[in-house]
Amino acid sequence: MNNYFSFDTSTLWVALPEIFLLSAIVVVLLLDLFLTKPFKQATYYLTQVSLLVTGLLSFNLIGHPESIIFGNSFVLDNMASVFKVFMAGATMVAMVYSRHYLIQHSLFRGEYFVLVLLAVLGMMVMVSGYSLLTLYLGLEILSLSLYTLIAIARERVGAVEAALKYFVLGAIASGILLYGMSMIYGITGSLNISEITFFASDANLASRETLIINFGLVFLVIGIAFKLGAVPFHMWVPDVYQGSPTAVTMFLSTVPKIAAVAMLVRILIDGLGAMHAYWSDLFMALAILSIALGSVVALMQTNIKRMLAYSTISHIGFIMLGFVTGVITGYGAAVFYVLVYVLMSLAAFGMIILLNKKGFEADLISDYKGLSKHSPWFALMMLVIMLSMAGVPPFIGFYSKFFILQQVVSAGFVTIAIIAVIFAVISAYYYLQIIKSMYFNDAEKEITIAAPMDMKLVLSINAVLILVVGLFPDFWMKLALSLF
Amino acid sequence: MENALLSLLIWLPILGGGLVLFVGNDRSETARWLSLAISILVFILSLGLWTGFDSSTHLMQFVEKTPWISHFDINYYLGVDGISMPLIILTTFSTILVIAAGWQVIQHRTAHYMAAFLMMEGLIVGVFSALDGILFYAFWEASLIPMLLIVGIWGGDNRVYAAIKFFLYTFLGSVFMLISLIYMYNKGGSFSILDMHNLSLTTIEQAWIFWAFFMAFAVKVPMFPVHTWLPDAHVQAPTGGSVILAAIMLKMGGYGFFRFSLPITPDASLEFSDIVIVLSLIAIVYIGFVALVQRDMKKLIAYSSISHMGFVTLGVFALFLAYRPDSAEGALLGLEGAMVQMISHGFISAAMFLVVGVLYDRLHSREISTYGGVINSMPKFTGFAVLFAMANAGLPGTSGFVGEFMVILGAAQANIWYAVLAATTLIVGAAYTLWMVKRVFWGGITNPDVATLSDINGREFSILAVLALAVLIIGIYPQPVIEIMHVSIEHLLQQALSSKL
Repeated sequence: MNNYFSFDTSTLWVALPEIFLLSAIVVVLLLDLFLTKPFKQATYYLTQVSLLVTGLLSFNLIGHPESIIFGNSFVLDNMASVFKVFMAGATMVAMVYSRHYLIQHSLFRGEYFVLVLLAVLGMMVMVSGYSLLTLYLGLEILSLSLYTLIAIARERVGAVEAALKYFVLGAIASGILLYGMSMIYGITGSLNISEITFFASDANLASRETLIINFGLVFLVIGIAFKLGAVPFHMWVPDVYQGSPTAVTMFLSTVPKIAAVAMLVRILIDGLGAMHAYWSDLFMALAILSIALGSVVALMQTNIKRMLAYSTISHIGFIMLGFVTGVITGYGAAVFYVLVYVLMSLAAFGMIILLNKKGFEADLISDYKGLSKHSPWFALMMLVIMLSMAGVPPFIGFYSKFFILQQVVSAGFVTIAIIAVIFAVISAYYYLQIIKSMYFNDAEKEITIAAPMDMKLVLSINAVLILVVGLFPDFWMKLALSLF
Repeated sequence: MENALLSLLIWLPILGGGLVLFVGNDRSETARWLSLAISILVFILSLGLWTGFDSSTHLMQFVEKTPWISHFDINYYLGVDGISMPLIILTTFSTILVIAAGWQVIQHRTAHYMAAFLMMEGLIVGVFSALDGILFYAFWEASLIPMLLIVGIWGGDNRVYAAIKFFLYTFLGSVFMLISLIYMYNKGGSFSILDMHNLSLTTIEQAWIFWAFFMAFAVKVPMFPVHTWLPDAHVQAPTGGSVILAAIMLKMGGYGFFRFSLPITPDASLEFSDIVIVLSLIAIVYIGFVALVQRDMKKLIAYSSISHMGFVTLGVFALFLAYRPDSAEGALLGLEGAMVQMISHGFISAAMFLVVGVLYDRLHSREISTYGGVINSMPKFTGFAVLFAMANAGLPGTSGFVGEFMVILGAAQANIWYAVLAATTLIVGAAYTLWMVKRVFWGGITNPDVATLSDINGREFSILAVLALAVLIIGIYPQPVIEIMHVSIEHLLQQALSSKL
């Protein structure tokens, strides 16, 4: 029997990245208090170093044999380590972009970085959560940090509205998720993922027990769908994306998706994989609705952040399709998709932030008019990002869609694949709108790019990666598949 | 290194295009010369395909195969046979022409313009040489991107609409092809096109796959009724864009029928050949009449392209009816005629669009009514224009005649009425082309601007002269071209006639 209260210090180093990050957060927080104005930048650099070290520590743990510690509530496997590396890396990139935004809009405060680090910590806990409680704990650390991050632009009405909306709806979602967890706990008698697995895969399950598991399962799926932003639980997504400061939008639309997918894998696949037949139908409906609504509604948007919000919804639909297949390669396809999505989405928001300057948010599609004349290089990068999101080869976005479609067809859902590609074509229209603005229209107002060199460099690398990984996707596909 | 020739033909223009991008619009003179040099170099290299080609076998030649995405067993797999090789040379040839044709006209972002054409050249060579389904799809889709930009940036007043319509139409058509490729991979375990040729498929599967491919290729050809993007795209595109679009991009659709539809879904092709033939005949006859009433020269040529491409699909799908157990001659004539028609149309449509381009550069109008009596001020130019118009109308001795005649002969074996209907194009085609010639070139000068026109300069003269030569050579002595493709076509016929059920 596992003793929940046993504590073996020799296992601690499995959680070394988290322990380090937590210490770093405390240091950054305290240091920031004593930094005088001219040295405020130190917070930023310290944050980057903390993330880098966290990422390296996680990288070091890749290949470590699977260990479950802290009374069976924390797991370290390859998926956890690889996700943590990606999350740390993506956050570092996001911080490079954020800095420019924060400085331009006078939002540069130490709290921003502390909160981001806290959010990363929450996500790392989620990724490694092996008990419903740990997962929930991680989720709440993440969510509370995000609510506060949005409200950091407290003098903007839109931001406060977004924060409040996200908070209220997020709290409801958490409540629903908790309710589902309590149902599962009630019937299985355990919060632990492996014990839930053991219980759920029992062939002699009474129909009453199956019923209650299913009951809880529905709530779990809804809670997860809320966090992912799948239709019909997507209402918060466009408003929050639009209202939040772009730097925060960028962060919350990218890294937390990895964590949400990890949570999904832990609960629905590791834990309730035996119930796949029950939840996959729900997922199918959510996925198709998300793809359809995300593709169609985005057509009407004039605000690029709102457009990307709907585009995210449709990407989430594709990711969920991967889980519908019920086979390991399908899950691998979904994980591949989410990593690709993070890469593309970071670059897309990076491009928005690139054009930001004091008092100018660059969040209208018309703000991109004539960009190709002013800055052919970055217009080309945006072209790459948009076409990749639309799923046009040879960019990486094509291979992620291809992988999902291949799995969906292989699972026998040819009709679903056809519906998905039709909506993918529809969604191409709004990505083309950006290209149209950049290339086919003349500038209406002066465009200036005030971003510092480091941001330009990182953004260029980020966008070029979309092409390069697209030309050589093999390694990344294999990596995603190796996680299961 | 002979083995990497195809890779060279793909990546040299793409990387060269990248280089031209870096030269930048500020040094447009360098960009022009560099682009021209690259395109000529690529053309010369591509002649190596011709000289090194063994026309006695249908097997793929110049094969390159390296693993690419090993999880799906997707390979970087290239090779050509007698069907794709002539189209690759057509591509490298046409690219020189469009780069030369854009020499003076494109003053706005010259380097980007040249780079777009170079990159497109590489991608289209990739389409014609890819032997792996996903590699093919990647090249196929990627080639849309430069064309989207060419139409959208350097096009006419309504360019945005035309560019986006072009992109979405072709994108929609091709995603179904992707699903079919995936389906066949899941069934057969390989994305290699040659493996797909041997994959056995049931009637139902073949029907679905056939129509999925049909959507992709019919949009590209374009066939009636999915042709409406073409006139828009052509009218709005800059001259070079129209040339590439008509001369090469449409051939990608025709090539698809040869490479995918016939060998992969032979039974479905047989079953649905009637529908395709009817659509082809509608394109030939009805669209011919539509061309007659156009007032815009580019639109007229665009419609005439659709009508001429109808011969390609007719020639391909008439084979089932034209085939006799004792003689495959009718079927072969149809298929080879379709190939010759594709190549010949590549030259003629390119020439026609360049002719319009020459006029447009001078008076900035494509309206037929703007002109009249051009012969008085531009005699040399009119000489070329009339030659190309005759070729477009299918005058014997020009390349336009050869392909159409072969297809009509093939169709006559299938059903005499197909041939009769198809042959009306010789009348309708002559009507719209010659009527346009009459209104634009002959007669007295109606518009004072026409009197001020200067005749073509040396650059324009050489472009048109090269094309005229090509049109005449294929018209008078098409044998070398037919010989190159003969064995491959015979093999294709075998594949198309052997049931997979």
